[in-house]
Amino acid sequence: MDIGQGLRKRTIELTSIATAIVIWEIAARIIDIKYILPSFTSVASAFIGLVQEGELYRDILTSLNYFVIGIGLAILVGIPIGTLMGWFKSIDRAVDPIIEMIRPIPPLAWITFAILWFGLNKYAAGFVIFIGAVFPIIINTYTGFKNTPRVLVESGNVLGCVRNIDIIYRIALPSALPSIATGIRVGMGVGWMCVVAAELFGVSTYGLGWKIWHWNDLHHMDMVLTYMFVLGMIALMIDRLFRHLVQEWWLKWQSGVVV
Amino acid sequence: MLSIKNINKTYHSEEGDEVLALSDINLEMKDKEFVCFIGPSGCGKTTLLRIIAGLEKPDSGAITIHGEHIKGPGLDRGMVFQEYSLFPWRTVLNNITFSLEMKKVPKVQREDIARRHLELVGLSKFADSYPHELSGGMKQRVAIARAVVNDPKVLLMDEPFGAVDAQTRNRLQQELLNIWERDKKTLLFITHSVDEAVYLADRVVVFTSRPGRIKEIFKIDLPRPRDRTSIDANRYRESLLSSLGAEIKNVND
Repeated sequence: MDIGQGLRKRTIELTSIATAIVIWEIAARIIDIKYILPSFTSVASAFIGLVQEGELYRDILTSLNYFVIGIGLAILVGIPIGTLMGWFKSIDRAVDPIIEMIRPIPPLAWITFAILWFGLNKYAAGFVIFIGAVFPIIINTYTGFKNTPRVLVESGNVLGCVRNIDIIYRIALPSALPSIATGIRVGMGVGWMCVVAAELFGVSTYGLGWKIWHWNDLHHMDMVLTYMFVLGMIALMIDRLFRHLVQEWWLKWQSGVVV
Repeated sequence: MLSIKNINKTYHSEEGDEVLALSDINLEMKDKEFVCFIGPSGCGKTTLLRIIAGLEKPDSGAITIHGEHIKGPGLDRGMVFQEYSLFPWRTVLNNITFSLEMKKVPKVQREDIARRHLELVGLSKFADSYPHELSGGMKQRVAIARAVVNDPKVLLMDEPFGAVDAQTRNRLQQELLNIWERDKKTLLFITHSVDEAVYLADRVVVFTSRPGRIKEIFKIDLPRPRDRTSIDANRYRESLLSSLGAEIKNVND
């Protein structure tokens, strides 16, 4: 399908976006105070400027670096914990109260300890993101394991799969994968929110979140808005990319993937 | 020879109630015999099948195959479940290779064996499909192929064709008979359908309602291949129905 045809099919969506932009532009010109509402055109030119200077890439890479550290760790820790809790009742009973004590603490409340423990560096930022992302991953992994259909476990049993380790690896884990994927997706959403906050305490002079405050201090609100949009777009791209990967090769066996 | 001796099984509910599911079950099955279990819902026939499969333990009594006691699930017994039980994340072929993987059969060899069994149930074209792409009847065919791929001595089937339409059901019965006649396995088959029991079985075991006891055993002395509509078949159906009817009436009273 060529692009022209694709655009034509999306007439309503494109018209909607265009209308929103026009209203924004008109509103900005009526208000006419750059500090309160920068116009679309000024944001667009700020964006183009940032792309041309190359500064934006460095900001994106910095933020993504924290994100990858935090999410990577959350996956490495969350899936095993969720697995053990979902499969072994005694571990569930032992670990659950602790998790339920820590989980309600907002991730940002951990910032002081993050800096104390790791210093003012990317690992402190990664830690805050980790706190935000790990609980959705644990809980969804747990649910996925808990909901392993009994008939599949018993089918495995009669087919010679009887050791706990084999049942977990060959039956419960694949059966839980859709749920785990959902957990990672939710975790990434929360984690990305934490990126902005984690950067505020100044682990670097680059990063999308940091730049929002930087330009706010300089009263360059067009730049602030530009960085806000970039944060949104990156989140959208991460989510789309993840969904694509999941559907194409991770959960190809599912009909109508619901991740 | 499969021998079931003095099997008793009681379930305990969380409120502390006791339900006697099976009471003093004794049955001997010859090798290569086709036996159907029939009885009212909740009469414990599935429980008995699960005990034979090793998925549940009886409170007392023993089950032996050629003198060997059953302690848990084993590859000498294959099982086809009532509900769809294929692993949805595995292709049809890889569902069938599952038990061979557990036995550490090399990949080339196990795929070769699996393809032969897939051909047996007429689904060679669907080797690389996923279970969600198959119809209900096809899923149960793959489940049969998966259960016999290890060449078990005993094949246990719990109402495997309960959820498929009548025409498919007739075809599946025929295919099952072909497999059974070719491989000559001991076959234990639970059904709710008197027609199915008369068409398939050498012997039909009728269970009483709770507690599950063996009420009567009918020997179906019809030559194979059988004619579903023959007068003799009808006579068997009649006596089975009346034996069963009394039980179903008991449940309702």
